[in-house]
Amino acid sequence: MYAVNFLLLSAALFSIGVFGVIARRNAVMVLMSIELILNSVNLNLVAFALINKDIDGHIFALFVIAVAAAEVGVGLGMVLMIYRNRRSIALDELSEMHG
Amino acid sequence: MLLAAQETAAAGWFLENAWLIPLIPFVAFFVILLFGKKMPRGGSEVGIASMVAALVVAAGAAYQWIDRVDSSHGEEVEPVIRQWVWWQSGGTRFGIGEHIDGLAIVVLLLVAFISTLVQIYSTEYVKGDRRYTHYFASITLFSAGMLIMVLAPNMVQLILGWEIMGLTSFLLIGHWWEEKANSEAALKAFWTVRVGDVGLLVGTAVLLGIFGTLDIKGINDSAAAGQFGSHNALMWAAIALFIACIGKSGQFPLHTWLPDAMAGPTPVSSLLHSSTMVVAGVYLVARLYPVFHVGLEINAVGQTFNLIAVIGGITVIVAAALAFVQNDIKKVLAYSTVSQLGYMMMGLGVGAWTASVFHIFTHAFFKCCLFLAAGSISYTASHHSFDMKKDMGGLWKKMPITFGAWMVSTAALAGIPFFSGFFSKDEIIDSAKHADYTIFYLVGIVGAFMTIAYMTRATYLVFFGTPRGGAAHFMGVEHGLEHRDDHAHETLGHDDHSDDHADQSDHGHDDHPEPVRGRPFPFAKYDSPWKITAPLLILGTLAVGSGYLNAPAVGVHWFEHQTESSIGLPLAEHEADGDNAEQVSSEHAVDESVGAEDVGAAEHAADSAIYSVPEPPKFAWGAAAPGLLLVLAGFLVSLFLSLAVFGKRKNVLSPLVGITERNKLFGAGHRFLVNKLYLDHLYEKVIVHGVAYPVSKAAYWFNQNIIDGVVDGAGRSTKRTGEWVYRNIDQRLVDGAVNASGMVANESGHALQPVQSGKVNHYGALLFGAAAVGAIVLILLNV
Repeated sequence: MYAVNFLLLSAALFSIGVFGVIARRNAVMVLMSIELILNSVNLNLVAFALINKDIDGHIFALFVIAVAAAEVGVGLGMVLMIYRNRRSIALDELSEMHG
Repeated sequence: MLLAAQETAAAGWFLENAWLIPLIPFVAFFVILLFGKKMPRGGSEVGIASMVAALVVAAGAAYQWIDRVDSSHGEEVEPVIRQWVWWQSGGTRFGIGEHIDGLAIVVLLLVAFISTLVQIYSTEYVKGDRRYTHYFASITLFSAGMLIMVLAPNMVQLILGWEIMGLTSFLLIGHWWEEKANSEAALKAFWTVRVGDVGLLVGTAVLLGIFGTLDIKGINDSAAAGQFGSHNALMWAAIALFIACIGKSGQFPLHTWLPDAMAGPTPVSSLLHSSTMVVAGVYLVARLYPVFHVGLEINAVGQTFNLIAVIGGITVIVAAALAFVQNDIKKVLAYSTVSQLGYMMMGLGVGAWTASVFHIFTHAFFKCCLFLAAGSISYTASHHSFDMKKDMGGLWKKMPITFGAWMVSTAALAGIPFFSGFFSKDEIIDSAKHADYTIFYLVGIVGAFMTIAYMTRATYLVFFGTPRGGAAHFMGVEHGLEHRDDHAHETLGHDDHSDDHADQSDHGHDDHPEPVRGRPFPFAKYDSPWKITAPLLILGTLAVGSGYLNAPAVGVHWFEHQTESSIGLPLAEHEADGDNAEQVSSEHAVDESVGAEDVGAAEHAADSAIYSVPEPPKFAWGAAAPGLLLVLAGFLVSLFLSLAVFGKRKNVLSPLVGITERNKLFGAGHRFLVNKLYLDHLYEKVIVHGVAYPVSKAAYWFNQNIIDGVVDGAGRSTKRTGEWVYRNIDQRLVDGAVNASGMVANESGHALQPVQSGKVNHYGALLFGAAAVGAIVLILLNV
């Protein structure tokens, strides 16, 4: 069992996630990309916990999953409201905070 | 934590748990306040239930106390005292708890009983009032305050109860505060009593200084045993405490708040004047009797007067005189209360402790009854008016219960034999005579003469003669115009002088919206609803019956037996009258070496105690005869005068009609009384203005000339400095720096503006870019 396998997988996931966040216009897709990032972090946590024979990493991963669920809940709620108001969830159209 | 647990061993459940008596209404107050409005009867049911519960506990305690006294077989009966630590301050513990003895039991029972009746009466009387719930909350707390004070085992709890009553009396007197007169009356009551309250604090502090304890039993025992450093200090403590009693019990010269307190609803007046509030002052004197007795050397050999007796005596006469010139039925009763409180104080002042406490007891029933009867009249017959001359008269035919209760209570108040007031009042008068206070004996019988005279006048005006105003409407006889002419000619001259008196027009006026009335008793169908007449019937019965608990005339001394252990001083053997003075003075000469403080008690050197009160005198019809003859004379004079003045009947006293107009001396006397001895003028115009005006004038001059000068000078120089600073420092230096920094910020902001695109993706890209840069830096540093 090599740490590098886990790390490569999670780095790949992380990069896909970051690309999604930056490149996608659809708000739901951005949220899903954020999930990817979070799960890559989870993977790291679990991997190191496994290697170091330590339970803390597993516990922490569980917490991250719970927080991610809550975050998606709020995020999807916001997306829903945005859709109701504007009939669109394209993020590049939401530029009212433009300086 | 129990401070004194030794007493509780075999006292009985009710005596041990008498602290529940004030606690129940106290809790009920909060329940009514918080939940009362949602209850089907607006919280009144909680108030009544709590008073009934308190009454049950008080009755149980009374039963067990009687048992305790009866099983003591002539030994000294110890009070039941329990105390818990309330709070601690610098090693001093302030307790809260109970101190139960005969005196406390009497007043507890009285307060709980009368509060119950008054609350039942109130459910009808204030029905439909806009602050119905608050009314019941306040009146329940009012009773709780009195109960707390009565139970007090120490001065701190006593002050607590005393102040709760002060607050709630303010709330209740000003219950209809929308009218300015009512809120002013409430304020007047509060502040006048407050003047006296200063005395309570000072007196308590002095007592703590002398005895080192605040426990009432400790203070009483030490004072009775003569264990104190300085007799002078004790005297000043007694005087300070008595000033508090003057304020609370409406004694001359602070009695002026009591008649004005009539602005509150009638049941409140009734409760306030019978068993709570005003009785508190008398109770305090009775409770701390050794302090007053020793401090003021009451019953000392050769003493002809002392502070308490003098104030009480003046109050008896002055208040009775004032009652003659009132047109408002409640004010007549108010002055009557003041006068009767004077009797109680006078009784305490001459050493007639038992008689005075018994007078508290009997007076509560008949005075409560009189007030409730007045309320019944205004509620049913006179359209919420209390004016005897304008809206009453001839009511006896249609209001049999009210009339009956009024007559019985009036008889009791006047001291007619075999009614309750006779037994208590006559004993006070008799004791004054036996203790060689001749002046106060005379004051007592003259007071009795005046009492029956003003009550006869009031009774005539209310129940007899032709119905007028509201009463005429009620009686179904309208002869408005004709009657009004009669009224204008009324000849005692009241109306002519009312102009120069501001308060004359503020008759307590109960104007609340007309509610649906309850049902009267079937045997008196024009009388008030049963919730009003039932308390009247009960109290009327007690106005006769309560006297027989201690009726020397028929050989009953039961009440005295139950309470004598509360005096705190031993009873002296009663000596024969005739040679009393001589014997005393000779013994006095022998014992002079005992020391100045013990002079008063030298005659009882044989007893182990130093101080003692005289035993109540043996009753003899012969001794009571002068008083009774004066009562009869007062009744006849007042009856004929009333008939002549108000009824226009020719009789022996007709020549006196109109004397206040014809004779300057009588006119001046009358005007003096109508203006309430000008005491209100003295307080407001002379004292308040006299102190406040010069002070404010001087303050104004000081303000204009000195403070303003300083302020102006400072202002001018400040202005000049300011201008220079503005031109040089502010405009050039500070503004320059500020403008420059603003410019920099503005420009850099414009330069960075494109970054703030408002697009989430861009922000995300920046975030991750920054994170990536950070990661690279970390890696480079670690390598």
